[in-house]
Order: sequence, then structure tokens, then C-alpha cells
Amino acid sequence: MKKIMLLGALALSALASLPAVAEKPLRIGIEAAYPPFAFKTPEGAISGFDYDIGNALCAEMKVECQWIEQEFDGLIPALKVRKFDAVLSSMSITPERAKSVDFTSKYYHTPAKLAMAEGVVVNDPVVDLKGKKIGVQRGSIYDRYATDKFIPAGVEVVRYSTQNEIFLDMTAKRLDGTLADSVNIDDGFFKTDAGKGFAFAGPDFTEEAYFGNGAGIAVRKGDQALAAKINKAIEGIRANGKYQEVQNKYFNFNVYGE
Amino acid sequence: MILDFDVIWSSLPLFFSGLKVTVELLLIALGIGLLLAVPLALMRVSKNPAVNFPAWLYTYVIRGTPMLVQLFLIYYGLGQFEAVRESVLWPWLSQASFCAWLAFAINTSAYTAEILAGSLKATPGGEIEAAKAIGMPRMMMYRRIVLPSALRRALPQYSNEVIMMLHTTSLASLVTLVDITGAARTVSSQYYLPFEAFITAAVFYLCLTFCLVRLFKYLEGRYLAYLAPRRG
Repeated sequence: MKKIMLLGALALSALASLPAVAEKPLRIGIEAAYPPFAFKTPEGAISGFDYDIGNALCAEMKVECQWIEQEFDGLIPALKVRKFDAVLSSMSITPERAKSVDFTSKYYHTPAKLAMAEGVVVNDPVVDLKGKKIGVQRGSIYDRYATDKFIPAGVEVVRYSTQNEIFLDMTAKRLDGTLADSVNIDDGFFKTDAGKGFAFAGPDFTEEAYFGNGAGIAVRKGDQALAAKINKAIEGIRANGKYQEVQNKYFNFNVYGE
Repeated sequence: MILDFDVIWSSLPLFFSGLKVTVELLLIALGIGLLLAVPLALMRVSKNPAVNFPAWLYTYVIRGTPMLVQLFLIYYGLGQFEAVRESVLWPWLSQASFCAWLAFAINTSAYTAEILAGSLKATPGGEIEAAKAIGMPRMMMYRRIVLPSALRRALPQYSNEVIMMLHTTSLASLVTLVDITGAARTVSSQYYLPFEAFITAAVFYLCLTFCLVRLFKYLEGRYLAYLAPRRG
């Protein structure tokens, strides 16, 4: 009996000492179908603003980044069951999500907009979109807003797994429009051949309860240590010019917001 | 583990509208599939290679490729071509539900054709000889003897195909349809409670499967009674 207990104690202490031996890599969840923030190169490698910012943050924190791909609507569930430790995938900080996860401070902030066929005039979305088919990414802030505001107004809201599928169906004219991040629409759609004949319509969407205050990195509820560490790293790369360098690679304007 | 029953309860209307989509999808696919499968099966048992080969090729290609690939080809693939988008078929093909019906009907028709062909080949020689002996013309023999007999004997295998098809319809949620699985994905992404969402979907499918199994048990009892061992 004593022997077994001794063995058990040994095993426990061995387990406890493991993390001290080698710093565990930081496992980050990302959905790589959201250009220019996260996408796949033709070779199949993950690339984009989110990816580069993540790697810059890891370098700043001196840990190894391990990227794990996951569709957007599965990111928070997978974070909760410890498939990874953080989500860095253009996830907007909203009060709704903050009930399930903790967020770092923002790492960028761009407005939400509607994309429609060129020439369509939208003054008041709730009035002018009646009877139209609007695509949104399932589980996104745009989904929530459209579900709460558009559906009661008689808009047909269609949910997709990825924003790229929405752009495909815009080109195929299955949809009249999409509500999404303006930079994502501009870069992932308007600048491609498929996006010809489409333009932004209507106002910026900024209601804070839905659209939050920028995109942050999500960590498990209560994982304040990691959130604080990442926050420090965000400040670090903002200060040392690394953020600017990554931003200039993708954008010619300030994506951080004021 | 404590389930959040409030979420399940409040999302039940969504699940019931999903149930309607699933059942509709299943019935339409099975109906069209069966209509296509009967001539295909007759072609498959023909000894004439010019008749047999096209049917063989069709079932070979359809059964040799995954359902999801076929669905994506029809939904996203066809929409890529300008010519398709401007054709008279586009008003149909632009609807997700039509694409799903089409893909599922084509898929199940190939499997059902093979089931029926097997059943046709296994027609007892005595039945055919009896029909010939009383001087039935070929068409009448097929209509009255061979097909009814083969369709009856295919029932147990066909019930498997129907249940597999029910489960396959869950793929429809990948082309924006809100069927039972689509409802579960919506609920899961809204509340971040995947277990509650998908366990509810599982219960719905289980109930549907149960109904289908009972239905086929009844049909087999009715139409296959003559093949059952004699009760002592």
C-alpha cells in the first residue's frame, strides 16, 4: 500500500513538474476563410492579418503558436472544451459572447456594412430590405443582428458556414446582399472578379450591443492570466512597430480604430 | 451533467419547422428516386449490353462518389457557370431546396435501382414459367408477375435505404437549408450549447427512424406474409 502511494506521489509530482520543463505552445483557434484577416494561400498554408498578428503576439510573449482550424460557429464551443486555449479569428467583443468567454482588449475595429448589387439604394435597412434575401455567417455578430432586426422586418435571412460561401451565392444571384465586415467584403469580394457589379449600400452598422467594440482574442472564462499576458503583448507590438508592419502588409488605412 | 432545458424548449418551434423540411426532403427524394429506379433496374437486368451499360454506368458513378460531393457539385458547382445561370433551369437550380431534392433523388435512385435489380434477378424461375405457361405476353408478365414480386421481396433492403436516406438528408444543412440538423446548428451557434442542440436533433431523428421501422414492419407483414415460415 505504501509503495503504491509513493508511486502515486511520484507520478503526481512528475506531472506537476512537466510544464516547467518546456513552455507549452499556445494553441490558437482560427477560421481560415475570412480574407484578408484569415485565409489559405494556394499552397494551403494559413495566412492573413489575424495569423500574422497572432504570430507577432506569440513572438512578443516568447511562446510557440500552434494554429488549429475550426469553422467559425464551432470556435467558442471548441475553446470551452479545451481543443485550444485562445481564439484569434476576427471575433468581435460583444456582451453576448462575453457571457461565455473572456476577451482581451481589441486588436482591430472595422465597421459592418451591407453589400448589394450596384445601384441598389438602402436608406433604412429595416424598410428597404423587406422581402430581400440577405446572407450572414452563422453565429457571427451579423447573424445576431440580422436575426433580431431583419427577420421581424420581413427580410429573409440565410445562414452560411463561411463568408466565402456567401460571396459565391451573391455572384450566383441566390442572395440579394450580405451583412458583414466592410474590410472583409472589400478585400474578399469587391477586389475579386466575382465581386464585379456589387457595392456597399446603406449606413455603417455600429450598435454596440451587437457590433461590440472591435475584435478581440477570446480565452476561456476565468483565464485572466492568459488574457493579461496577451493584453501586454498587444500593447507591446503596438509600441514597437510590429503591429504597424503587419497592418501595412494588408491595409493602407488604420484598422485599429481610434 | 445538467442540460439547459429552457434553451431546448424555446427552440422547439425551430426544430419542428426543421422536421417539416427533413420529411419533405425525404419524401420527395424517395418518390422521384423510386420512379427513376424501376426503369433503371429493368435496364440493369437486361442481357442487351446497349441497354444494360448506361444503367450500370449511372449506378456505378453515383454510388462511387460521396453524397456531399454530389450536393456541392449541384449547388455551388453549377452556379459557377454563366450559361447555367442564364438557362431556363436557373430559377429552379438557384433554390437550395431544389438542389437538395435533385441531389438526393439522383443518389437514392442509383442505390434503389441496384436493390431492385438484385431482387429482379432473384425472381423464382417457377413464377416466370407459370406466367409463360398460361401464355402471358412479356409486358403483362413484367407488370403482373415479375415487378410486383420483385418489389415485395426488395422491401427489407429498401427499408435500410430509406433509413440511410433519412440520415443523409442532414447534409442539406450544408447548403443553407434549415432542416433538423440545420436547426441544431443554428441553436448551437446562438447559445454555444452544442450538446443540447444536437441531442435534441438526435431525438428527432430517432423518433423518425422509429416510425419508419414500424411502417416497414407493417408493410413487410402485409406484403411478404406469403414468404414467412408456416406457423405450426
